[in-house]
Amino acid sequence: MTNKLIKFFNITGLTWFVPLVKIAAGENPAKQLRQLWLIMGVPIIAFVLFLGFWSVTAARINTSLGAIPGPVAVWSEVDGLVAEHFAEKTKMAEFYQRQELRNKEKLAEDPKTEIKQRPYTGKPTYLDQIFTSLRTVFAGFIVATLFAVPLGILCGMSPVLNTAFNPLIQIFKPVSPLAWLPIVTLVVSAVYVTTDDSWFAKSFVTSAITVTLCSLWPTLINTAVGVSSIDRDLVNVGKVLRLDWMTQIKRIILPSALPYIFTGMRLSLGVGWMVLIAAEMLAQNPGLGKFVWDEFQNGSSNSLSRIMVAVFTIGIIGFILDRVMHSLQNLFSFQKI
Amino acid sequence: MKHCRIFTPKTLVAALSSAVAVAILGFSNHSFAAGKLEKEDLKFGFIKLTDMAPLAVAAEKGFFEEEGLFVQLEAQANWKVVMDRVVNGELDGSHMLAPAPLAASVGFGTKADIVVPFSMGFNGNAITISNDIWKQMKPNIPTEGGKLVRPVKADALKPVIDKYKAEGKPFNMAMTFPAGSHNVKLRYWLAAGGINPGFYSPPQDISGQINAEAMLSVTPPPQMPATLESGTIFGYCVGEPWNQQAVFKGIGVPVITDEELWKDTPEKVFGVTQAWADKYPNTYLAVTKALIRAAIWLDADNNKNRKEAIEMLSQKQYVGADVEVLAASMNGTFEYEKGDKRALPDFNTFFRHGASYPSYSSAVWYLTQLRRWGMVNEYKPDNWYLETAKKVYRADIYLAAAKELVAEGKAKAEDFPADTGIKPSQNFFIDKIPFDANKPNDYLAKFPIGLKGKQTVSGGKIVD
Repeated sequence: MTNKLIKFFNITGLTWFVPLVKIAAGENPAKQLRQLWLIMGVPIIAFVLFLGFWSVTAARINTSLGAIPGPVAVWSEVDGLVAEHFAEKTKMAEFYQRQELRNKEKLAEDPKTEIKQRPYTGKPTYLDQIFTSLRTVFAGFIVATLFAVPLGILCGMSPVLNTAFNPLIQIFKPVSPLAWLPIVTLVVSAVYVTTDDSWFAKSFVTSAITVTLCSLWPTLINTAVGVSSIDRDLVNVGKVLRLDWMTQIKRIILPSALPYIFTGMRLSLGVGWMVLIAAEMLAQNPGLGKFVWDEFQNGSSNSLSRIMVAVFTIGIIGFILDRVMHSLQNLFSFQKI
Repeated sequence: MKHCRIFTPKTLVAALSSAVAVAILGFSNHSFAAGKLEKEDLKFGFIKLTDMAPLAVAAEKGFFEEEGLFVQLEAQANWKVVMDRVVNGELDGSHMLAPAPLAASVGFGTKADIVVPFSMGFNGNAITISNDIWKQMKPNIPTEGGKLVRPVKADALKPVIDKYKAEGKPFNMAMTFPAGSHNVKLRYWLAAGGINPGFYSPPQDISGQINAEAMLSVTPPPQMPATLESGTIFGYCVGEPWNQQAVFKGIGVPVITDEELWKDTPEKVFGVTQAWADKYPNTYLAVTKALIRAAIWLDADNNKNRKEAIEMLSQKQYVGADVEVLAASMNGTFEYEKGDKRALPDFNTFFRHGASYPSYSSAVWYLTQLRRWGMVNEYKPDNWYLETAKKVYRADIYLAAAKELVAEGKAKAEDFPADTGIKPSQNFFIDKIPFDANKPNDYLAKFPIGLKGKQTVSGGKIVD
């Protein structure tokens, strides 16, 4: 049981809990406590020092939007945002009640009328915006993976294709999302015709495609490297058994290259999350990026605190996403953990 | 997809039962006064400035809902994004700068056919100058009884600009959008003081800085106070709350409001594409009706509803600025400098004096100013101005909406202007040059600075 737990914590990267498990199992408490101190205590102290440093320097800098908010101000804004979320939910409930009433009246007046249920038209709350951002980044990331992995496998298997694609990859890799955005916006506007029933709004598609364009490179390159560095012996086995292409890929290449692919995907997700925030600001996708830009435009006395809440949210979510990918990577890797 | 909310089980059951009822009993139309609405779920954009108030009021006070419309309001990043999203259909309509639909129809910037049934109000802007420059301007401004004589003319700024020119330093100022009211009004004020704000030469040179003594460029409104403070720009023209913000933070001084530049100047409008208006005429009318009611509410009883409006606008999803900053300009006074607060009840006018009526003369005036600075880079005969105005500004829709509101008892007939698309010759400008909308070319000829007659800008200079 203990071993299973320890293995779980190691895979998911939550190595701070391993000493706790070991202490609970009664294994050499002194040594474990020291481990605990090193793994958990030191970062916590460092974080507390950082908070202290932040509140001291923040009070000294005065911008035209007021003094930079310290940790306390930012924390109170979190309360504010959560409160706003619940207030909006109440308004939504009232809206549906009004609609119910109106529809009942219409039916009473004329039983043959066609009544419709309309979705609430209020603003998206902070939590809604977080989910929109997550949905968009995953949409972009999945498309990027679908593109990059097959292309990477091809590049890895054939040196000719690799030399052919390499210059293109190197040129497009460093392009910033803000440079892609106008082009993507124009193309999406021209090609993707939305009607009222479309599944995806144009802003969603634009943001997702921008994320794809910027985040597919790490996966592509890592897949190519992974495929091209397969153990020669394994490739020879395939030749001896005269395996066909598909079986070769399925049985030899993919399993071998999987650790590299997952490393690439982890990097891609990290890049994609960063790119998303920038893309949302201009593409007007109602997510965290738009939240930051709107707060900046508000210019009120607590705008800066709210923007900082968003900064921390973005950071924490990015951290969680990275952890998830790290766990998946560990699951698929053959190295001893 | 439109922003979709998760339906609660309760509403799902209701939907199911009503669908069954409808299926059993058959379909039928329920007609509204304006005719059946073709589209009920709408998405409108706006920019975070106080004159988006009619949209917020119509949504919050239920005027849209009463017309059968379900409207989502979404703040946009900047004026270019607004125009692009209305044109490509992501937004059904938007809060726009008054000259932007005109420029779009002429082809300066994105070419598009936008129509305007409603003006979102008069005035609401000011020109703010940095503290440094203001100190240098002050000695040039006449005083009366210890207080500065207002309106402050750009004549006081001219010696400062000449000094900068002599030292070889550029004098930078900011506005919000080339085909925008702030740009046009800033240029008017500068030119009235003898300062050349520069010319456009589309399509090659659209920087607007040809022959300029003051360099004007686009800056997003929230960045204006910051860039003013850092000295990147020396002044800007923008709507509220950014001028009062400068006063509150002590980084700049609003020297003149557009109400003093030209009394009752049209400022923002509500625009939709021509294609949208043709496809959804009844919806178009219903939207206009709701907006007119919002405008009436905002100016009702000597601004008694303004306090509530200010609370509404200070919410994060609307303008979001602090209540005190909004109140400084929307409640009947305007603070020019810390301590110099003057009564200015018409700083924001939404319905009084015909502020919500999209008059042709406003459109013609903007077209003359677009011509004056080269955005329309060729001679146009007098009737072109009026024809373009009539194509874009749809006073007929406004009057139809007004008629229905009066018939429904929601407005009084006396409050609406008689069908005078062209106002008589106006003489309320700061430089006292009278404007007659029937003779735009003669009007242009009266300005010492600006293109006139058959002049064009090419090769970096004015060519006859």
